[in-house]
Amino acid sequence: MNGQVPTAATVLSAWDGMRCLFTRDLRLALRRRSDTFAALFFFVIVVSLFPLGIGPEPQLLRRMAAGVVWVAALLAAMLSLTRLFADDHQDGTLEQLLLSAAPLPLLVLAKMAAHWLVSGLLLALISPLLALQFDLPLEAVGVLLLSLLLGTPLLSLIGGIGAALTVGLRGGGVLLSLLVLPLYVPVIIFGSGAVEASVAKLGVTGHFSLLGAMLAVSLVLAPVAAAAALRISVE
Amino acid sequence: MARDGGRARTWTGRSLAIRMERLLPMLELRDVACVRGGRRLFEKLNLTLRPGQLLRVSGVNGAGKTSLLRMLCGLQAPYEGELLWQGARLDALRENFNCQLVYVGHAAALKDDLSALENLQTAVRLGGTVAGAPAARMALQSAGLRGKEDAPARTLSQGQRRRVALARLELAQSQALWVLDEPFNALDTAATDWLLGLIGRQLGCGGLVVLTSHQPVALADALAQVVVAL
Repeated sequence: MNGQVPTAATVLSAWDGMRCLFTRDLRLALRRRSDTFAALFFFVIVVSLFPLGIGPEPQLLRRMAAGVVWVAALLAAMLSLTRLFADDHQDGTLEQLLLSAAPLPLLVLAKMAAHWLVSGLLLALISPLLALQFDLPLEAVGVLLLSLLLGTPLLSLIGGIGAALTVGLRGGGVLLSLLVLPLYVPVIIFGSGAVEASVAKLGVTGHFSLLGAMLAVSLVLAPVAAAAALRISVE
Repeated sequence: MARDGGRARTWTGRSLAIRMERLLPMLELRDVACVRGGRRLFEKLNLTLRPGQLLRVSGVNGAGKTSLLRMLCGLQAPYEGELLWQGARLDALRENFNCQLVYVGHAAALKDDLSALENLQTAVRLGGTVAGAPAARMALQSAGLRGKEDAPARTLSQGQRRRVALARLELAQSQALWVLDEPFNALDTAATDWLLGLIGRQLGCGGLVVLTSHQPVALADALAQVVVAL
C-alpha cells in the first residue's frame, strides 16, 4: 500500500449512474462492433431477399414494402435483445446494477436507450436505402423512416421486459421471442399501416399519434416492469 | 438515516460519530431462514453487528453462505424473518442502503472488453461515488496491478481479475458495509496481506465487514470478529 489514501468522496446523483451505464454500454458496443453489424446485415439481407424472391412486380412490391421492412426490423432487434441483460448476468455486473446507488428502473432505461442506439436507430437510418428496392414513392420512404424512428425505441423498451424476465434461463432466446413478438403486434400494425396509408394518399397523423402514445406509455412503464422482472430473475 | 449523512462523513467525522453510535446495532438479523431448492439451509438465525465488527460466515459447501450474503445485500429476500439496517427493513431502504454497501461476489463483475481502470471507475460510479482517474490508478497500483491499468480485463489472470474487483475497496471508505464472498480465493500472499490491511482499516474506522472464508481471518487482536457457522 502507498500510505496515501485515495479518496472517492463526491456524492453522485441517479443521473450520473445512468450516464455512466449508458456510456459503458456504448463503449462495449464500439469495442465489439461485429455484434452490431451482424444484426444490421441480417436486416439488410432479409429485406433484400424479398424482391429477389418475388420478382419484378412493382405493384406487389410497393404494397409489401412496409410490412417486410417492419418484420425484418423486429427480427433483427430480437437478435441482440437476448443479450441485453444476459451478458451482464453472466459476468456478475447485473448484481452490481441491482445494488447500485442509482434507482434500478433508471439504469434499465439507460441500457434500453443504449440498445436502441446501436440497433433500432441504425436499422431505421438504413431503411430508406432498402426501400429503393421496393420502388416506394419518396414520400412513403420518409414516412417509413419516421415510423421506424418512432417505433424501434418501442422494440427496445418492450423487448427489454422480456429480456429481463428470461435472464438466466436456459433456452431463454426462444422463450423471449414467444413472449415479446406478440407484444410487438400493435407496433407493427401502426408502423407499417402509416406507410400503407401514405402510399394510398391517406392521412398518416393518426398512425403516428398512436405510435407516439405507445412510446410515451412504455417509456414510463417498461423500465419499471423490467426492473421488477430483473429483481425476480436474479433472486 | 439520511442519504447524505451516511455518505458524506469524512474519515475523522466517522470515527467521532462512531463513539455516539457505539451501542447502536448497524445490522440485525431476526429469525432469518433460508430455503433453496425446497431444502431448508438454515433457520432462526439471529445476529447483531455493531460498528467496527467483522462477521465471518463459515460452513461446508452448500451450507448457504452465499445465500446469506446475498440476503444481507438485499439481492435475495429471506424466506422467514427480517433484516434490519440501522433499525429499518432492508427492502424498504433499497437505494439508501445500496449507497452504503459494497458487494464483491463470486464473479469479479468485470467487462472483458473494458480495461481494468474503466471497469473500476464504472463500478465505483455505479456504487454512487466518483473516483478520478488518478485515484483509481492509485487503487489499482496498491492492488498490485501496476502496469496493468489499461490492459483489457480479458487479458488478466483469475487472481488479477479478483484484485481489480477488490481494488474497489480502496475507494470505498465512505461505504459502511462491505460484503465479500470468498475474498481470499485466488489471491497470493501479498494480495492477502493487502486485503487484510484494507479490512482492518475499514473496521478501525467503524465500518462493518461481512465475509465468507474457510480459514480464520488473521486480524489484529483489537478488532472484533464474530463467527457464524452455518
